[in-house]
Amino acid sequence: MQRRSTTTWDANEAVADVAYRLDEVIAIYPITPASPMGEHADTWAAQGRANLWGDVPQVVEMESEGGAAGAVHGALQAGALTTTFTASQGLLLMIPNMYKIAGELTAAVIHVAARTLATHALSIFGDHSDVYAARQTGFAMLCSNSVQEAHDLALVAHTATLHSRIPFMHFFDGFRTSHEVAKTERLTDEDLSAMVEGPQLAAHRERGLSPDRPALRGTAQNPDVFFQAREAINPFYDACPEIVQQTMDRLAERTGRAYHLFDYVGHPQAERVIVMMGSGAEAAHETVDWLVARGERVGLVKVRLYRPFSISHLVQALPSTTRSIAVLDRTKEPGAPGEPLYLDVVTALQEMRVEGGADWLQQVRMVGGRYGLSSKEFTPAMVKAVLDELLVERPRNHFTVGITDDVGHRSLAWDRELDIEHEDVVRAVFFGLGSDGTVGANKNSIKIIGEHTDFHAQGYFVYDSKKSGARTISHLRFGPRPIQSTYLVGQAQFVACHQWSFVDRYEMLDLAAPGSVFLLNAPFPADQVWDRFPREVQRAIVDKHLRLYVIDATKVAREGGMAGRTNTVMQTCFFAISGVLPADEAIGHIKSAIRKSYGKKGDAIVRMNETVVDQALEHLVAVPVPTQVSATRSRPPMVSEKAPTFVQKVTAVMMAGHGDLLPVSAFTPDGTWPTATAQWEKRAVAEEIPVWDPAVCIQCNKCAMVCPHAAIRAKVYAPEELNGAPEGFSSATWKGPALKGQAYTIQVAPEDCTGCTLCSVVCPAKDKGNPRHKALDMAPFLDRVEPEKAAWDFFLELPEVDTLALGNSVKDVQLRRPLFEFSGACAGCGETPYVKLLTQLFGDRLLIANATGCSSIYGGNLPTTPYAQDANGRGPAWSNSLFEDNAEFGLGMRLAVDQLSLQARSLLRTLAPQVGAELVQAILDAGDQTDADILAQRERVALLRQRLAAATDGAHLDKLERLADYLVRKSVWLVGGDGWAYDIGYGGLDHVLASGHDVNVLVMDTEVYSNTGGQASKATPIGAVAKFAASGRETAKKDLGLLAMAYGNVYVAHIAFGARDTQTLKALQEAESWRGPSLVIAYSHCIAHGYDLSLALDQQKRAVETGYWPLFRYDPRHDGPGQARMQLDSKPPKGPLSDFAYNEARFKMLVKADPARARMLMEKAEAQVHSRFAMYEELARPPAESSDDAPADDAPADPAKNR
Amino acid sequence: MDLSTDFMGYTLENPLVIGASPLSDDVDAIRRMVDAGAAAVVMRSLFMEQLVREQLAAHRDLDLHSDTYAEALSFFPERSDFSLGPEEYLEQVARLKATVGVPVIASLNGTTQGDWTRYAGLMAQAGADGLELNIYYLPLDGDESPDAVEQRLADILRQVKAQVDLPVAMKLTYFMSSPVFTARRLEAAGAASLVLFNRLFQPDIDIEALEVHPSLQLSSPAILKLRLLWLAAIYGKVGIPLAASGGVHGVQDVIKAVMAGASVVQLTSALLQGGTEHMSTLRRELEEWLVSHEYESLRQMRGSMSLLHCPDPEAYERANYIRTLQTWKALTR
Repeated sequence: MQRRSTTTWDANEAVADVAYRLDEVIAIYPITPASPMGEHADTWAAQGRANLWGDVPQVVEMESEGGAAGAVHGALQAGALTTTFTASQGLLLMIPNMYKIAGELTAAVIHVAARTLATHALSIFGDHSDVYAARQTGFAMLCSNSVQEAHDLALVAHTATLHSRIPFMHFFDGFRTSHEVAKTERLTDEDLSAMVEGPQLAAHRERGLSPDRPALRGTAQNPDVFFQAREAINPFYDACPEIVQQTMDRLAERTGRAYHLFDYVGHPQAERVIVMMGSGAEAAHETVDWLVARGERVGLVKVRLYRPFSISHLVQALPSTTRSIAVLDRTKEPGAPGEPLYLDVVTALQEMRVEGGADWLQQVRMVGGRYGLSSKEFTPAMVKAVLDELLVERPRNHFTVGITDDVGHRSLAWDRELDIEHEDVVRAVFFGLGSDGTVGANKNSIKIIGEHTDFHAQGYFVYDSKKSGARTISHLRFGPRPIQSTYLVGQAQFVACHQWSFVDRYEMLDLAAPGSVFLLNAPFPADQVWDRFPREVQRAIVDKHLRLYVIDATKVAREGGMAGRTNTVMQTCFFAISGVLPADEAIGHIKSAIRKSYGKKGDAIVRMNETVVDQALEHLVAVPVPTQVSATRSRPPMVSEKAPTFVQKVTAVMMAGHGDLLPVSAFTPDGTWPTATAQWEKRAVAEEIPVWDPAVCIQCNKCAMVCPHAAIRAKVYAPEELNGAPEGFSSATWKGPALKGQAYTIQVAPEDCTGCTLCSVVCPAKDKGNPRHKALDMAPFLDRVEPEKAAWDFFLELPEVDTLALGNSVKDVQLRRPLFEFSGACAGCGETPYVKLLTQLFGDRLLIANATGCSSIYGGNLPTTPYAQDANGRGPAWSNSLFEDNAEFGLGMRLAVDQLSLQARSLLRTLAPQVGAELVQAILDAGDQTDADILAQRERVALLRQRLAAATDGAHLDKLERLADYLVRKSVWLVGGDGWAYDIGYGGLDHVLASGHDVNVLVMDTEVYSNTGGQASKATPIGAVAKFAASGRETAKKDLGLLAMAYGNVYVAHIAFGARDTQTLKALQEAESWRGPSLVIAYSHCIAHGYDLSLALDQQKRAVETGYWPLFRYDPRHDGPGQARMQLDSKPPKGPLSDFAYNEARFKMLVKADPARARMLMEKAEAQVHSRFAMYEELARPPAESSDDAPADDAPADPAKNR
Repeated sequence: MDLSTDFMGYTLENPLVIGASPLSDDVDAIRRMVDAGAAAVVMRSLFMEQLVREQLAAHRDLDLHSDTYAEALSFFPERSDFSLGPEEYLEQVARLKATVGVPVIASLNGTTQGDWTRYAGLMAQAGADGLELNIYYLPLDGDESPDAVEQRLADILRQVKAQVDLPVAMKLTYFMSSPVFTARRLEAAGAASLVLFNRLFQPDIDIEALEVHPSLQLSSPAILKLRLLWLAAIYGKVGIPLAASGGVHGVQDVIKAVMAGASVVQLTSALLQGGTEHMSTLRRELEEWLVSHEYESLRQMRGSMSLLHCPDPEAYERANYIRTLQTWKALTR
């Protein structure tokens, strides 16, 4: 048997590698965790890599998975070998086409990184709810449990589909398999062609539609024939299992890796057997082997071909000694008699019983259980708990394992201490920050070990859900035998902490096995480290007899020129201490990995990294561990004791990384969560925070305006409030026209600031004598945190300003309390300032429908969420439905609110005798345009409530009491990114804008799919490099605003807060006040643009100056004589577009890679900028005579009112 | 007419050299200028520190957000053809060498901290005929003596010479306490030629925004006079050829520079403005002038107005300064 090369990669790459080589058309669309498959395909195509047929396949990004499935269907119908990659909701969108593709017996493969479907919450993690939801489409379903299997079975799927004509869904667990890095044997091109080539391939092509041999598919059939025709397909499904087995056998002949439709492992005379599929089966396999070695008669059936489900193959796989079976499903189907695999197995065995199968079949007991939803850990201890349960006389059915269900009492208990991992498996865990490069270095380490030793190696990486200051945990295993441990490392021989601040925050040493190594990056001399530990850490080190190593990696990295990037330092220490390779050899490999990773980005980076590697070991110190705990301080509490009970009991546990321990009863059953929780999560991620100098400050409040995290605020308050101010609390006399003479403070929330510096950069106030000193200078966090904490607490207690006393300028609006704060968005985020501003303007009456994407993640990802409440307990109500439906979702909110308001008004009229006609009339006639209007109405509603409470007779008093708040106008905003508005949700957005209803759309346009990693959307500009546009985008960005203007009654604005904040403010206010649809397209700088975001505000200015992002407002109200609806708020393009573009890596990359193409595209972009501006100028020209259009006043301003 | 001259150990057909500028990015433009008469080409400078900064920036922009968040392990497509190292520059050296028959001089710009020897080695490997070192160092902190500053130039030169077997020209700044002394020191350290002078970025102040804006405008003939003074002073005090750089626009400027002692003139702003045509005009006019003024050769003219040979050496000195001032007063009265 041929020895093949090994590759250390994840399943996404391993699968894409097979699919790319075999396919001719690849339709892609980004969705976590499947996006990397499409990205690989796109990258390879851009590099001109040929497929097995000698050509570069057509890789095409579609507007949605529905579109991708349509393109796949079409390509198949025209005879091409075709594939796509998806997951979760994406797979759901493909279902209609999957029926068609299967119904037409079309050979195709969809590769799925199986992911949770959104129910009570979205989850990006892995389970089988998506693939099960497509099990009825007629697709064959083939499941891989590991990276190697995913690579192998991808080929099996592509082969078997040609032989069987049944399309295949090949799936593997999202993240656990899709993102696990493991050493695998790579199939050669010869393997691939030997498997797939043959008459079946030619037959597939011949079935393709062609006018040269005309045929017709996709007919409409009637009751007379549809049924029979549908049944004609049966022989193909009957034949399919055997075809798959033969294909697996052929693969085994070539590779020695044998797979079966149902693979049995365990005791040959097993009595207790688990049936399951997916990565969890590997943990089960490991556990079964361990139990068998201890004399237990247990076994496991791994289901590989789930559809078509071959009853006979299943029964053959089970030992005849089987007495009880537990079927495990990684999904939940509420209301079903059981989960899908369980029902299938029960049905299968029941059928065999009825058919008069073997005796053992008559006796066997079957139970079903759920595990592993949303990548919940599934460990050997849980496997053992399931098998133990089968020992009892009446094992529990429909159980869960892996959680504590104290509500339904369905969960099995498991032994949390059980550890069955073999001693020869080296396990290491690394805690790092996203930005310090820990994960990247560990991926390299796995590759080094995988490629330069005979060891098997596995790496799995856990990220938190914040986009700034995010923590990563890397779990590495390597050892002499294949690694089947598809769960996190529980007991590590090596624990590394790359960030000192984690010592006070996370119980990292829970993972340390006795006698293991603890490697710590500490910014102190090694001999001081012990005394700086809290008691808990010292206790763990002493009790577990840990070996402590310390290095100031931050200093080594900084001195080597790689400030902040401690990864290679720590990686070198890991190799040196662990001894997995001789140190010199390891260092050689680290250096070549550095050359590989960074080589193309320049020799200087390579040399700096190499220097750092060379320096590392000199600074590594083994610290003698005292025998006694000496620390007097304990680890600080996770949240303030002032936090509400729920936050203390639930949120804080999740923040500490112990959410797995929370029982079912901790949660609401419907996914409702309290708002205003981000304030309790003090992440303290900034290295520097701003310090305010009141003497220099000109009180413009621009700092508060631009802060992405609402971590710097302005307040105006009565001077006597300063009584009791903590020392160092700064204050000035407010100079504003309104409230003159009051006190004024700019205050930073030190532990919520991310240190992005935008506030300091935007600050226009310079000290005249020393202009280097501004009213806001950045200062080291550690120097300032304590005084600023006290000042912040005091600041929060100061009363909020009376908004009615203020005007509508940026300066005045920024004195209002933001109701969106401390989100998990990136440091320097360009979206969140808009969201924050929305909440400052309309927060107390705001409903937000949020499309899935960055804004739904920083807006709604647990443990804490940023939407907050005002002093009256009012604040934004927020929800996320899906990615594709947000416009419709938001319209639904508007309709509901309007309908309830209509009901309230009607009840009010009915109840006029009881509550007073005058009040009723006042409420019905009230204005609702200004804050004063809203406040006055709230007061009337309060009065109404009093009267309702006092009234005794009247049938509808309660009803009106419940609806009374709807008498105050609500502001409905549909918020999302360009992926939603330009691509996947465009159809819905268009419809909602056309509906004329009073909804406001805020598109935060980053010009790529930011949340999934920068894939091109139709908002991506000419010349920009993005994923799925690796050669630079050729076509112009879609002019979404212009499309909306075509309706005539849509308010449209193009804004950029960093360029003109006054225009931004005005646009949001006008959009809200327009009683028809409004569309605000907001320029949002993003890390996906590739530059230092502290320069983002300057970049926004350049974007506007060069005409790249013209500012305008199109207001349907401006319809009078001599008025143009379009008002341009920026000047004609000035200076070359490259002045803006080449500050950003997305444009600059192309100059470095393909200068001629870059030049060509830049010229095209430049021309387009000018022609667009000229067109806008034309639109902004007032009409010569008054138009014949109906004046805006007659437009259906508020459809609800007009009914 | 024999216009031949010497520069960096090469005999050139005439004294017109394309100075360090973005012109060298365009192989076709360089070929046309050489066809029009350019006798050597100095390439655009490779700014060492800037190269490092660009790499660090690219690292920051492209890598820093990688592997930080589960849904987005990176934000840019992998591009294997992407290069931020000196490769592009080195490839351009090779391309120019393959295209033109005249010496191609690579240019390195950096502060004293630059990685001079490494990049010099790479340029030699790429096939450069010579190296121009532009040590851009402003001793702004006041901690160094003039001697130390100027000694450092020689030290860097020696290091480079020890590593690469190429003629090296030193491009000097005009902030020196004793330019002639330094010129000798550099000759001793192995300089093949001296280029007078580097043009420094000069700051402007935005009085509204309280910001400093560095600026560099195209040169004008007005700045030539400073070059003439020091060419005249250094000529004959060292044995190596001198180059005038900065302010050479028209043919008269070329003649003046040569008379003051320059073996060659480096043309940059004039070519950026006038293009190939200007090069052929200069070449033609230079020859015509020498013919009409009955010179035997360019060499005959070289240094004729230097301190060594000019009829009134004092005119270059303080007396000249005083007289100029008095004239100025007379004019303004």
